Amino acid sequence: MSVPLLEVRDLRTWFFTRWGVVKAVDGVSFAVGEGETLGIVGESGCGKSITALSILRLVPRPAGRIVGGEILLDGENLLDKSEREMRRLRGSRVSMILQDPMSSLNPVFSVGNQVAEALRIHQGLQGPGLWATARDMLRRVRIPSPELRLRAYPHQLSGGMRQRVVGAIALSCRPRVLIADEPTTSLDVTIQAQYLRLLKELQQEMRLALVFITHDFGIVAKMCDRVAVMYAGRVVETGDVREIFNHPRHPYTQALLASVPPLESRVERLASIEGQPPPLHTLPPGCPFVPRCAHARTVCRQEYPPTVGVGNGDGHRAACWKVAEGWDG
Amino acid sequence: MAIATARVDEGAAGTAERKKAARRTPIVVFVAVLLVILVIPALFAPWLAPHDPLEGRLAHKLKPPAWLPGGTWEYPLGTDPLGRDLLSRLVFGARVSLSVSLVAIVIGGLVGTVLGLFAGYFGGWTDALIMRVVDVAFSLPTILLALVLAVVVGPSFETVIVIVALLLWARYARQVRGEVLSVRERDFVAQARIAGCSHLRIIFGHILPNVTNTLIVLATLQVGYVILLEGTLSFLGVGIPPPSPAWGLMVATGRGLIVSAWWVSFFPGLAILITVLALNLLGDWLRDRLDPRLRQV
Repeated sequence: MSVPLLEVRDLRTWFFTRWGVVKAVDGVSFAVGEGETLGIVGESGCGKSITALSILRLVPRPAGRIVGGEILLDGENLLDKSEREMRRLRGSRVSMILQDPMSSLNPVFSVGNQVAEALRIHQGLQGPGLWATARDMLRRVRIPSPELRLRAYPHQLSGGMRQRVVGAIALSCRPRVLIADEPTTSLDVTIQAQYLRLLKELQQEMRLALVFITHDFGIVAKMCDRVAVMYAGRVVETGDVREIFNHPRHPYTQALLASVPPLESRVERLASIEGQPPPLHTLPPGCPFVPRCAHARTVCRQEYPPTVGVGNGDGHRAACWKVAEGWDG
Repeated sequence: MAIATARVDEGAAGTAERKKAARRTPIVVFVAVLLVILVIPALFAPWLAPHDPLEGRLAHKLKPPAWLPGGTWEYPLGTDPLGRDLLSRLVFGARVSLSVSLVAIVIGGLVGTVLGLFAGYFGGWTDALIMRVVDVAFSLPTILLALVLAVVVGPSFETVIVIVALLLWARYARQVRGEVLSVRERDFVAQARIAGCSHLRIIFGHILPNVTNTLIVLATLQVGYVILLEGTLSFLGVGIPPPSPAWGLMVATGRGLIVSAWWVSFFPGLAILITVLALNLLGDWLRDRLDPRLRQV
């Protein structure tokens, strides 16, 4: 990997609530290069989406605040930017696709209007040029007869079609970084596959740095170059997709992969991870995975494990005492 | 069958056909007729009214409508206790009552909508502050406030508008805030932020169009309320100052004569009823027309 286009260093996004400080994101670091795809995986509520929103500085206020770290886009720290500068950057250099295509388009405007809006804001296009560009964007995301679709309203389109429109909006100003927050979760499987293929093609065409948030390891295998596994607001393991799949080192990653049903053989009972992720406002001092971990020892309860490199040093890292101290079993 | 074809063929011709079909709905024709009956006289009152609405002839006081014993076609709807022609007063009254309602609703609606949008969108302190002011506005006794204002600045057309707008804005603010609270949580608002829209652009460009339906319905429903309020104010002597004809005032005048000369308050009452009915139907129809999900039907 060359110089990363987007680099997140030790990001901390905390929520100050009446029940205490919720450390939704607590020391997350990762990097994505041009044309590269990073998958962020983890259970619900482990901080994936908040990480994504933090990159765009759209953490729900007033409770949420980014309290530490750096987000470097092309070497510039986004956390130092003014709101005005951020606004200019959103949609034009960093863009995002949300999960639910049913509600991410405004029901009272035509598709054309919504695709045109970002172009109008960021590129100052107007009149016939604007509409031509909007039409080209729809064509790019493989929407049939884009001329007609421009005049359609969101409710007249299917879920897959709407998610394509959302994609067209997100990509209309040629961003460098695209964050996709479970973009296919609410689509059915065949449409999912189509959409992912489209995303992959567009990424290659536009040399996008893609951050793909999901909880589906199947999608990770298909889409991503590298993976970061998150648990309770931290990255517990990161590395090359192949490495993570073949040699997962963190017990959480191992458990996650074990719960994916194998295609070749029949299993009576799928492996599951007992228990729930811990509530983020009362995290114990040690490793948050302890209550659900089969390998936990005293040290795990006392101190958070250091993140150490494993394997042959191609960026595979894990945060676990078992890995750090080389226990076997 | 025609509908099915129109939906399959989503070309321009299909859209035009659907629009035509929607326009042809009988209820709209009915509303249109009612509004023409109301608005035309209001616009052309000086040419249409048979008599001067302010000039009374006491010799002809309390004449019944023309078709009743004792009535003449000189005064088609009869006369009031001062011998003024009821029809002429009704026609001129349409001007006063409709313009008071429209101006007051527009002013109150604008203020209330903007405040409601801000309160709902920003939440927190902005919301708390605006909504407490709304609570205060709701807790003020209508009549007392009106009396105080009227005494301080004197009763006039403008005073009535100010009083009515003061009473109306809070309803808009509260209603709009409620709607915004639910709209702002939808993903398209987040998606607009992601696309780089400013707060103001999101509020007025994305959220406002999603609450206009509510606004239209609220506004049309309030015309009736405002006309009645104008009557209440006039009755207390702080509304439209007496010689000028206003429907509410006319109803109030005839209140004591309801047994002996029912027509004095009946006809202005009927005018109010028709206005409110027409505007309510219009509001309903507009709401359906503005909803893109119902547009294709």
